[in-house]
Amino acid sequence: MADLSVKVAGVEFSNPLIAASGTFGFGMEYGEFYPLSVLGGISCKGITLKRRDGNPPPRIAETPSGMLNAVGLQNPGVDVFIKEDLPWLKKQNTVIIANIAGNTIEEYCEMAEKLSKTDVDMIELNISCPNVKHGGVQFGTSCESVGNITAEVRKHCKKPLIIKLSPNVTDIASIAQSAEANGADAISMINTLTGMRIDINSRRPIIHNNTGGMSGSAVFPIAVRMVWQVANAVKLPIIGMGGISTWEDAVEMLIAGATALQIGTVLFSDPYAPVKIAEGLNTFLDKNGIKSVTELTGTIKPW
Amino acid sequence: MKYDVIKCELLSNEQIAKDIFDMRLSYPEQQLPVSCGQFAHVYVPSKTLRRPISVCDVSDGVLRLVYQLKGEGTRLMSQMKPGQEVDILAPLGKGFKLEAGKRYCLVGGGIGVPPMLYTAKQTEAPLVITGFRNSELVILQEDLKAAGAELVLATDDGSAGVKGFVTDIMLEKIDEFDEVLACGPTPMLKAVARLCAEQGKKCQVSLEERMACGIGACLGCAVKVRENGEEIMRHVCKDGPVFNAEEVVFNG
Repeated sequence: MADLSVKVAGVEFSNPLIAASGTFGFGMEYGEFYPLSVLGGISCKGITLKRRDGNPPPRIAETPSGMLNAVGLQNPGVDVFIKEDLPWLKKQNTVIIANIAGNTIEEYCEMAEKLSKTDVDMIELNISCPNVKHGGVQFGTSCESVGNITAEVRKHCKKPLIIKLSPNVTDIASIAQSAEANGADAISMINTLTGMRIDINSRRPIIHNNTGGMSGSAVFPIAVRMVWQVANAVKLPIIGMGGISTWEDAVEMLIAGATALQIGTVLFSDPYAPVKIAEGLNTFLDKNGIKSVTELTGTIKPW
Repeated sequence: MKYDVIKCELLSNEQIAKDIFDMRLSYPEQQLPVSCGQFAHVYVPSKTLRRPISVCDVSDGVLRLVYQLKGEGTRLMSQMKPGQEVDILAPLGKGFKLEAGKRYCLVGGGIGVPPMLYTAKQTEAPLVITGFRNSELVILQEDLKAAGAELVLATDDGSAGVKGFVTDIMLEKIDEFDEVLACGPTPMLKAVARLCAEQGKKCQVSLEERMACGIGACLGCAVKVRENGEEIMRHVCKDGPVFNAEEVVFNG
């Protein structure tokens, strides 16, 4: 049995597999399949200062080896999360990451302040949601804006701060450097890629928001490339995600430079995917005589 | 644990009408009892998303899913062979709420007809009104009769049964039932809901929406409902698929 535990920004995870924000709600539903303690952590559904109802349906479209979503940050608001969901989550014996999104920098700061007074283990700054009109990705697409919001939230955030990056940018490595220079403790990447499908009969986009965020196996090679580029540019630990579906994908992402992993879309076809990936990872490490999963991180041998 | 992935054996998978298939799976109904109106989320190898299919019937350890070939996922489903293992999540969602002593009118339109078979079996001598575009698409008439239903068949073009819409028949027989349970295309559900509101009949509708997780985690399959005067988002997979018609804010 290899050691699967990893540490990200001082926080210990029993294994590197974290449920990805937006795919896992606040954990309660998947907790009906298996004890959530089998996961290294849970990145909760993105929360905002006030309740949001999200976008009108359809919010989902399948794509070749992937899917689009435009849920639009439907959530009950940070106060309800803290009062009603967090107490239950904290009993699940896994790392709890609060994912926050705002319309303005002030909203991000206010939420970071509120959550800093709670038992959440980490805060993940969602500056990469492609599906809302205000906020979200507008903060995540230039070095200046990422640097600015990271610095401001840092002043109010007493928890380890993860910046979740958008892949919808020209140079993701320089954006990661901007987050690092302004006080981020870790990077998570990648959020979804903006995509679109059109019904050829009605000529309407399948998703009511017209565009949506693409995820699933189809985006995995892009995620690997970006994680590798960012790993070469910053010293911060990286939580890698984007289409990880198998233990082989997990190993690949770690080798590219990730310290921990988030698992999302694959849950929809196989709710047990994180459990299976953890098992496969363990077998791979044992087979190769590797004592700790941390020994894989960044061991790529580029040409 | 409330949910689990069930590995079923595919017993048969036959075409019963134009683009309509009838899949039968081995199913441990004693351990996982199904209530009418619930659905199964079917894993389709190589696809990112499962396919939510309403339960048509369950008896003697056999789960029956009648589905329409609509796209790539259902095409792959239609190619599944007997003996093959099929991975499903079931039973999911909240089905029809039934009360003893009521006479129900079950209204099914097109591929909304299948869940009405199991529902007919759970209700006493129901009136079942089935509507289809034309005779090529008619399904489950014998099964519904065998379930003890008073059955009416209507087609839009009159090529089978009576010519007309399900709402025409409902209106004719409006004094013969207490409550309506409906499943079908949205325009039909809207018309059924409107008629019920006008006639003072209670009505439950089974809705459909593009779905991902199937258990209420991803918030994909949203439907707008009015509760206590406030419009809020509920989800077809967990809060539905069956909703009180008067609460649903239909699109468009």
